[in-house]
Amino acid sequence: MNSIPLEVSELSKSFGGGRMFPWQEKKEPIKAVDNVSFQIKRGEIYGLIGANGSGKSTVVRMISTLLTPDAGSVRVFGFDIERDELEVRRLLNRVSPDPSFFKNMSALENLLFFARIYGMGSDEIKRKSFEILSRLDLGDRIREPMLHFSRGQQQKVAVARAFLTSPVMMLLDEPTTGLDPASKLEVQNFIREVRADHDATVLLTTHDMDEAERLCDRIAFLVNGRIVTEGTSLELRSQIANGRPVEEISMETVFLEITGKTIEEDEEVLVHG
Amino acid sequence: MASVTNRAFGSGSSWALSMAFVERQTNLWKRYWGWELVWLVYGVVNTVAITLIADQAGAVSGQDVSQFVLFLLIGTLVWAYLSAVLDDISLVVQWERWEGTIEHTLMAPVPRSLHLLGMSVFGILHGLIRTVLIFAIALLFFDIDFGNVDVLATVAVVLVGSVSVAALAILAGLLPLLYPERGAQMSMMVQASLLLISGVYYEVDVLPAWLQVFSFISPATYILDGIRGAMIEGESIVDVADTLAILALFGMIMVPMSLWAFNWAERYAKRTGKLKRMG
Repeated sequence: MNSIPLEVSELSKSFGGGRMFPWQEKKEPIKAVDNVSFQIKRGEIYGLIGANGSGKSTVVRMISTLLTPDAGSVRVFGFDIERDELEVRRLLNRVSPDPSFFKNMSALENLLFFARIYGMGSDEIKRKSFEILSRLDLGDRIREPMLHFSRGQQQKVAVARAFLTSPVMMLLDEPTTGLDPASKLEVQNFIREVRADHDATVLLTTHDMDEAERLCDRIAFLVNGRIVTEGTSLELRSQIANGRPVEEISMETVFLEITGKTIEEDEEVLVHG
Repeated sequence: MASVTNRAFGSGSSWALSMAFVERQTNLWKRYWGWELVWLVYGVVNTVAITLIADQAGAVSGQDVSQFVLFLLIGTLVWAYLSAVLDDISLVVQWERWEGTIEHTLMAPVPRSLHLLGMSVFGILHGLIRTVLIFAIALLFFDIDFGNVDVLATVAVVLVGSVSVAALAILAGLLPLLYPERGAQMSMMVQASLLLISGVYYEVDVLPAWLQVFSFISPATYILDGIRGAMIEGESIVDVADTLAILALFGMIMVPMSLWAFNWAERYAKRTGKLKRMG
């Protein structure tokens, strides 16, 4: 096992394009991820920024071993996601944009299941679940069914689920989607805390520029499945500064000048285009 | 770097990983108790209604039909059991798609064989409990002599036969991985076909010859044959040894085949992006 938490090399993925029977019309495949490469250093929070449909979740799904790449490779601490699937799964966990729980089961029953399948014991799960949910202001609701929780509260339990197993590589796929500003800040602070306390490395996808700037050590812009630039927030600002003071340049401006469109415009093209 | 792996790798044994699925299914079962009640009532009504056909035959012919009553009762109970096992296990993919949890479950570091083992253990236990309850309630409607029953042989046939039924359910359960829109309905077709060819309500001899061929490759045929032998004819475990051997052979072939097929279907779904898709 090597020391690089995540190495993504020339990763590509297309959907569709096949046909089951010869008489069916053959459709053109849609390229979701196109030759993406990046590396994350230990303890780093790396942000993949892009509009909805830019390929962020597809990259996360491939790293999570839920999608097979068409080309390229992904290594988590040196383990290949295809060859060493089980080892990779032991090292990571994920927060998805939709909380995804057994809605009639309680928060604790859900956490018990999702942590037991990572090999944790019941007592440890109960203790840690209560600690994490209390930290997220949900400790007193641990035995309530998930369907009694608001969307934002469910997302907090989803964050708890992911951190419960103490993964060394955390994939946060739009973790604050659907949260109100106060909860968003709470979750963001929690992510920073956990990173510091547990030596976790984080890949964060978001289309929230403030969140990216607040949390990420390095940021990459993903447009139409391709990484168009990468660097620290300062480096990205400097790329377009042209004599302007970098602290006056917002990340929205950086995205606009580098990609030629705002993140909202990029989303509209994907939705309507 | 050793510390990284040590911290992340859980200490759970294989059995504990499988039991996590049993515990989850039990929690779901408790939360959906209304559905359980519906299925129990349906099972009782179905069992009683079909078994009453034998009573009607007796009334019409004026002959002793006590064996026919037991024949139909065993058929309906075994079918209630097989349906419960097939339903529970074959929903392995479809239920999680419905809840939206499939990706979080399938990305966990649990070998698929242990995942499916847990689902199978729950399916068999759940099926047994429901069937025993149906049996107990149905007995209130009939006066049946169980003097001939060989309990040991009956239990042995149920347990050995359950292995191949679980494997069959896994095969049915992978269909939604291949066909997100129609997979669940296709699983139902597998169940319906078993009902037709396995001699649930009649001897397989009454099937057209070409259909009888299929009855030979259905483990349910041998389960029904073995249980009827043990409960109606009073056959001992030695008498049903041939049936047990055939069922064991089915299990030895079907378990690895179903695991291989499920893994293949999962790889296909991951290649084509169909894992989470509902339709």
